[in-house]
Amino acid sequence: MKPKRPLDPYLFLAPTALVLGLFFFWPLALVFKNSFYRWDMLTPPEWVGTANYGQLLASGELWGTIGRTLSYSVVVVVTSLGLGLGLALALDRPGKLYAFVRGAVFSAYVVSWVAVALLWMWILDADGGLLSTLCRSIGIVPKNWLGDPAVALYTLAAVSVWKITGYSMVIFLAGLQDIPRSLHEAAALDGAGPISRFLHVTWPMLRPSASFVGTTSLILSFQAFDVVRVMTQGGPVKSTTVFVYAIYEHVFVNLRVGRASAMTVAFFVLLLGLTALQLGSWRLGRTGARRA
Amino acid sequence: MKLAFSRILLVVVALLWVGPYAWMVLTSLRTLPEIVAAPAWPLPKSIQFDAYREVLTAIPVGRYFLNTTVMAVAIALLQILLALPAGYALAKLHFVGKKVAFALVLACLLIPAQVTFVPVFSMLGPLGLVNTFAALVLPFGVSALGTFLVRQALLSVPDEMIEAARLDGASELRIVYGLLAPMLRPTLASLFLFSFVFHYNDYFWPLVMTTDDDVRTLPLAVALLREQGTGVRWHIVMAGNVILSLPVLALFAAVQKQILRAVTARVG
Repeated sequence: MKPKRPLDPYLFLAPTALVLGLFFFWPLALVFKNSFYRWDMLTPPEWVGTANYGQLLASGELWGTIGRTLSYSVVVVVTSLGLGLGLALALDRPGKLYAFVRGAVFSAYVVSWVAVALLWMWILDADGGLLSTLCRSIGIVPKNWLGDPAVALYTLAAVSVWKITGYSMVIFLAGLQDIPRSLHEAAALDGAGPISRFLHVTWPMLRPSASFVGTTSLILSFQAFDVVRVMTQGGPVKSTTVFVYAIYEHVFVNLRVGRASAMTVAFFVLLLGLTALQLGSWRLGRTGARRA
Repeated sequence: MKLAFSRILLVVVALLWVGPYAWMVLTSLRTLPEIVAAPAWPLPKSIQFDAYREVLTAIPVGRYFLNTTVMAVAIALLQILLALPAGYALAKLHFVGKKVAFALVLACLLIPAQVTFVPVFSMLGPLGLVNTFAALVLPFGVSALGTFLVRQALLSVPDEMIEAARLDGASELRIVYGLLAPMLRPTLASLFLFSFVFHYNDYFWPLVMTTDDDVRTLPLAVALLREQGTGVRWHIVMAGNVILSLPVLALFAAVQKQILRAVTARVG
């Protein structure tokens, strides 16, 4: 449509442009700029070239952080996807009881990360926690879930799985709604058992949902922070220092804006890579669905 | 046999997801000596509200709750207020640079707060805006996803309807807020709820942008309950947890459908 007055569209977009410019694009440019400076936010910034990046590579911090973030994310995504799919298939039934359990699983996704993190800290507490008490009562020595550097990252991953499985479950449930009953009936008439119906009817139809959930939760788990800040503060011995927590520590503990900015640039580039993966898998998912 | 299996599964799943909440509430209703004596079992002999009383004296819960709610409502309203005219321009009006503008909005989906917080913090610091309500609300004033969803919803509104309103002498702003906004009610309601819940729960942004009690939010205060003092008093922390999560759980129970709609909405 023709705008009523030629300037209207620009006026309508102006507030949005202002906010996006000030709080998205300008900060992004600043991150790149700051990554070439040494700056503690108290004294004037000092140009250091690519020294921040050099430091991150030389100290092994960059690769270590990428490794920890990836381990955490892969465990979270794979487990929550598998569990979410299983729960969607098992709970896709009429009845109030099923609706209640579906709601309970999803409610964890709606509650604050802080509440979930604190609740699980208490459940995992070495002295009085529910899990440790249960372990002892059946004669197992409980692990030091949050204090053991070999275990802590996976404990955080497990807590995150508990929180976000409801998300993948509802996406899969929505996907299941889109599968026409007639497909199942036709397959059943052809003599297909439940397993072959799942493999040849349900799964091909759910593939787009799976790639959507997989990539969105991968990107979201890459941005994990709250659960780390509340439960472990990056420890013990850095074993849970994932990307965003590392950036946070550089700024607010070490007052190193330059190093934090270089870290942020690396983080942003990785996110872009993951998004490219996402776009690619959507396209694959779509053609996959069409073929099926 | 099949039925029995699905019943057992149902019980296991319910225990795994309802159990922790029950444990949280039970703990909050106990007293410290009870927890020290027998932390996990048996059930408390009588219900004690001591922990809640202690939370209320330790932190100004009302003040934090108000801060959090006002912040989350302000963000959600601002996002809707700005997304409507922007979505209208992007969906309905012809102008030079439309494609670029739309691409830039979509590009912001790739820039999360975790990427911008360091520069935003260093930008707002010298302006004296750290520790203000503005630092909590303004950076989230536009939701790229919200703008996108409003634009998509407006694409399906027939042009004739807008032409007719123009002929009736309605101003463009009246068309956007008076005619189109009510038509988009389901989309806007989902956006509002999604945004409200996200920012009510948010810990990251308020943590890095505030140090002052005046603007701090409830998730920060509850997380601090654990860090304070010597020896963690879990009944108090769990009471704080109940206070923090109850409003969201109640909201979820009341408007589950709209929240699910918002969560399952996709880009692309």
